[in-house]
Amino acid sequence: MLNRKVFSALGGLLAAVPALAYESSYNMPMGVTAIAREVHGLHMQIFWVCVAIAVAVFGVMIYSIVAFRKSNGAVPDRTLLHSTKVEVIWTIIPVAILIFMAVPAAKTLVKMEDTRNAELSVKVTGYQWKWQYEYLGKGVSFYSSLATESNYARQLNSGVDVTKVKDYLLDVDNAMVVPVDTKVRVLLTGNDVIHSWWVPDFAVKKDAIPGFINEAWFKVDTIGRYTGQCAELCGRDHGFMPIVVNVVSKEDFAKWLAAQQQATKAATTTAPAAPAAAAL
Amino acid sequence: MAHADTHDHHDHKPTGIGRWLFATNHKDIGTMYMVFALVMFFIGGAMALGIRAELFKPGMQFFDPGFYNSLVTSHALVMIFGAVMPAFVGLANWMIPLQIGAPDMALPRMNNYSFWILPFAFTLLLSSFFTAGGGPAGGWTLYPPLSLQAGDSFPLTIFAIHMMGASSIMGAINVIVTILNMRAPGMSLLKLPLFCWTWLITAYLLIAVMPVLAGAVTMLLTDHYFGTSFFNPAGGGDPVMFQHIFWFFGHPEVYILILPAFGIVSEIIPTFSRKPLFGYDAMVYATASIAFLSFIVWAHHMFTVGMPLSGQMFFMMSTMLIAVPTGVKVFNWTTTMWKGSLSFEPPMLFALAFLFLFTIGGFSGLMLAIAPADFQYQDTYFVVAHFHYVLVPGAVFAIMAGVYYWLPKWTGHMYSMSLAKWHFWVSTVSVNVLFFPQHFLGLAGMPRRIPDYSTQFTDWNMVSSVGGFVFGFSQLLFVAVIWQSARGGAKASDKVWEGTDPAGLEWTLPSPAPYHSFETAPEIH
Repeated sequence: MLNRKVFSALGGLLAAVPALAYESSYNMPMGVTAIAREVHGLHMQIFWVCVAIAVAVFGVMIYSIVAFRKSNGAVPDRTLLHSTKVEVIWTIIPVAILIFMAVPAAKTLVKMEDTRNAELSVKVTGYQWKWQYEYLGKGVSFYSSLATESNYARQLNSGVDVTKVKDYLLDVDNAMVVPVDTKVRVLLTGNDVIHSWWVPDFAVKKDAIPGFINEAWFKVDTIGRYTGQCAELCGRDHGFMPIVVNVVSKEDFAKWLAAQQQATKAATTTAPAAPAAAAL
Repeated sequence: MAHADTHDHHDHKPTGIGRWLFATNHKDIGTMYMVFALVMFFIGGAMALGIRAELFKPGMQFFDPGFYNSLVTSHALVMIFGAVMPAFVGLANWMIPLQIGAPDMALPRMNNYSFWILPFAFTLLLSSFFTAGGGPAGGWTLYPPLSLQAGDSFPLTIFAIHMMGASSIMGAINVIVTILNMRAPGMSLLKLPLFCWTWLITAYLLIAVMPVLAGAVTMLLTDHYFGTSFFNPAGGGDPVMFQHIFWFFGHPEVYILILPAFGIVSEIIPTFSRKPLFGYDAMVYATASIAFLSFIVWAHHMFTVGMPLSGQMFFMMSTMLIAVPTGVKVFNWTTTMWKGSLSFEPPMLFALAFLFLFTIGGFSGLMLAIAPADFQYQDTYFVVAHFHYVLVPGAVFAIMAGVYYWLPKWTGHMYSMSLAKWHFWVSTVSVNVLFFPQHFLGLAGMPRRIPDYSTQFTDWNMVSSVGGFVFGFSQLLFVAVIWQSARGGAKASDKVWEGTDPAGLEWTLPSPAPYHSFETAPEIH
């Protein structure tokens, strides 16, 4: 379909412009999943549509402010009261723009909601104020809390220069570990209040609600360390329950999983939290 | 009291404290609403400066995180229910009777009651800071289960919200009854000034949704104290149901906060363009469409709660539709200026800033409507930037524009144009320094409602805080202008502004408007 070609060409063009702005402190990250890149594309597309409308509308406003000044002797045209023609036009054009926006957005939304055929399922539970990760069917489960160094530095009057703390507020004791190129499904719930699990690079943000199980998925194509934070106000330490996901090769993941299972077995207590000894 | 001179002259007034406590005059009640709103604006603003001070740099500088959450929560409640809504009701009280040629509001004693509830409601709300556990800290949205963890502040907050709601409903009833019954002979509904039209529609929204909020917070109350489980999953309840009920109130509430602003701007732009409003009928219908749509878009505040796909689709599409009538309004204002004869007195400056900056808020709103992208924006500073753009240079600037427009009619004195222009320029520059960088923070990944942040967000937070302090202190200029105008100054003419001929009945009255006006209804031709 011609429309689709035009659209994807335009989308590609628009997405190329912000490519310069990666890892910037003023724009959405491009992300490391196909979905995240699509979301980034939608974001840039709607952004440029807004810029185009702004140029047109603000242009007319600024022109009016400059051209029709009383101090320049402008005489008002008091007959300009109403025009069915322009009013119909400026109703229809926005509707067309909205349809142009809604179609690709709806398509992406359908993909985001398709959690079928996941290769790994991890149940994520939000607590005040930490996360629990349970690898379903793998016998691995642990808690993930703010790293000690950050936690010390963030106390009122700690006297620590937080700019010297490595990954201040974005570091945890036990990171979630997932394999690369694998469709991972997360099942989200809350133990006490509502939390929200958000990793910007995956374009995944879903609420973890007590009594509910929400689903989301991601398939990361780049090995690396990705961070996020709780995105729903959940009480006093809402700002201090970060998310760290280490994306590793499938072999490294198998090793990590085996080590975790070993550690769980070795633990004499029934506590679910096993120390993550892995070097990952 | 004073039965001897009931055949009073125009400027007979009750004296002393009784004039205010037992006030039934729409002008006195309007003044009290406005002064109350201004006081609340500064209290809420002080809280905002506390927030911006803490966020100036990473690390915890001043507050306990729990207290920070109380500041965030109370800042919102005070600004929404204490500053913006009462300011609009104050303007309605002052201007609706003057604009429709009525001697007063239809229900003057209820008018008194609806005002006097407010100081008590806010005393209750603010006193909760001194209870065990501190002020309300679960966010103004009061989402359970978190809001149910509150200490003794909880019942105080709930009861304060009940009182604010009751006050708003009474104010709304008064506006509706006044506009529908007390228009001067000959003023058909489609001759109604747009400020009255937008307020009429706002009043219907208030009556429709305030009871919904009251119901939601009452359910919270019974969940907390009487063992019900409306929102408690352990008892078979549903915490997401609260969010649906809350936002069924909350989204129309957003329009309650902006429709009267549309009305004010629709009065001011024609005056200073010396040209009637373009597309009056379209403006009325657009306002009504926005009000209708506001009831079917609520769950766009909840895209991340895990709604069914079809639900997300519906709320995405319906939300995008709102851009159409809102666009019509912006185009009509712009066309009103087209081929006009523009001058730039302070009310016009604020109306123009509204036009530009509210539109920016509209753009970010359109971006937020795109559900897949919203997953990235939701609960970040991008949302904070969005709603502050529509509420501060949107609603608040429109209120300031209205005050600068009608102040000489109220006091009888012109105010210092140069001081007001200083107020305008400092406010407009600083409000952008304050809020524009918050778009960047949100996109780069900073969640909202956090007291501390990782170090990559430092630069824009510093910029934003500097803007915040300049904006906050520049509002003292606003007080100075109002104070001067109330105390004296050059006599204002009846028409006040050169462009007000012939629009608006309020300009046919002397300045200041006499204490009792339109005792005989004017004729409209």
